[in-house]
Amino acid sequence: MVVAEVMRRTWAMTWKDVRVELRARERMNAMLFFAALVLFIFNFALGPDLSKLREAAPGLLWLAFLFTGMLGLGRSFQAERENECFEELLLTPGDRESLYFGKLAGNILFMVMAEALILPLFAILYNLEIWAALPGLLLVAFLGTVGFSTIGTLLAAMTAHLRAREVMLPLLLFPLTVPVILGSVKATEALLSGGGLAEASHWVKLLCGFDVVFLVICPLAFEFVLEE
Amino acid sequence: MENRLAVEVEGLTKVFGATLALDAVDLRAARGEVVALLGPNGAGKTTLLKLLSTALKPTAGGGRILGEDLVKGRDLIRRKIGMISHNHHLYEELTAEENLRFAATMHGIRPDRDRIRKALAEVGLETQAGWKVRTYSTGMKRRLVIGKMLLFDPELLFLDEPHNTLDQAAIALLNGYVASVRARGGSAIVATHNLSRAYDMADRFVLMREGAVTRRIEKDRLMVDQLREMYTRYAENDDGDPGAASPARRAGGREPRVGVSEGTW
Repeated sequence: MVVAEVMRRTWAMTWKDVRVELRARERMNAMLFFAALVLFIFNFALGPDLSKLREAAPGLLWLAFLFTGMLGLGRSFQAERENECFEELLLTPGDRESLYFGKLAGNILFMVMAEALILPLFAILYNLEIWAALPGLLLVAFLGTVGFSTIGTLLAAMTAHLRAREVMLPLLLFPLTVPVILGSVKATEALLSGGGLAEASHWVKLLCGFDVVFLVICPLAFEFVLEE
Repeated sequence: MENRLAVEVEGLTKVFGATLALDAVDLRAARGEVVALLGPNGAGKTTLLKLLSTALKPTAGGGRILGEDLVKGRDLIRRKIGMISHNHHLYEELTAEENLRFAATMHGIRPDRDRIRKALAEVGLETQAGWKVRTYSTGMKRRLVIGKMLLFDPELLFLDEPHNTLDQAAIALLNGYVASVRARGGSAIVATHNLSRAYDMADRFVLMREGAVTRRIEKDRLMVDQLREMYTRYAENDDGDPGAASPARRAGGREPRVGVSEGTW
């Protein structure tokens, strides 16, 4: 009964965010244009040297993912800031975890959608053969996105009412997600070098571990963030 | 036995950083009563409403709302209250019907389509149910908020500057809704600096200044002009009030409480 209630509230929260975004199209448009820009700029900056491009590729790919994700996270509480809808959510009875998981699901969804565009564009611009490594890359991208969004959703809620939120969010988020970033880049490097999932397995396990830890801690911390 | 008091709080204090926003406020409101919190900007009315509605935790003090403990019973309190604010708490990109469905689900109410349609019809928005809220006028948005309250059916209503930017028709609708809550035995706490509107709605008045209660007044004792005079004296000026010398109260150097309370409420 309680689980059904939590699921219903979580779904309502995600549905609301998706519906608002489909109508406003502010977040996804900004994320997609920004992602394309980042990839083009890095491409121009590194020049036509293929070996140099391939060496830097895992890091560049994750920079594009993370900068784009950061842009999305910064706007994830925009609808709640308007008309003080946040206050209304505070006054809803019941658990706070469903608010968190609803927001998190929306953030992961938008980031995954952006990554779905970034990945093929990245392969074309950097002349990389990613098809063989694609299943592994998708797994690593998903695990990295979950880890990044899990902390990001919590921090986005924490900074939502700050005047300097655009500055504070990255300042808090990037140091805390260093293990996720490191694991994701290293696993991607192993996959792109042709090592397969076996070579990337210890980094994948590390990512899974961090995701589980963050998925336990962040919803608990979210209640304190909301109440205070 | 059911508690006859809707609100019963003592010594409610709220400190934000170094600022004392609310200084040991006592308040009581019986079921079926409307109490108006009156005071200029910065008097602490909204902070008090946020504490009573459990949106904020008190730094000190406590009490009961509808028989539930203000801190430990927050979840139970939230199931029985409603909030109408000058910020209408609506998602602009959703339609009226979607807003009500979302609010109902989040409040643990089954978002039954007929029930939502009925609420929209009661506030005269059935034909605009599919419009995005962004296209609504201020009055329509307020009607939609009342429609939301009809779904929640609260026993205690909190209103924060509810008449701001409303036209006469919307004001009449709002006042009618508060009267209907009261007729069902519900109560309301209204924070406003609009004295005539407060006089029309409330049974009792609490004058506030700089986070403290300076006077409590029963309606049957006075006319609206007298209320205005007392407001000027006890909420705006420092007359006869040695405790209210400092414009900005600091938590570190807490000052004595302002004014005198009449009666026990």
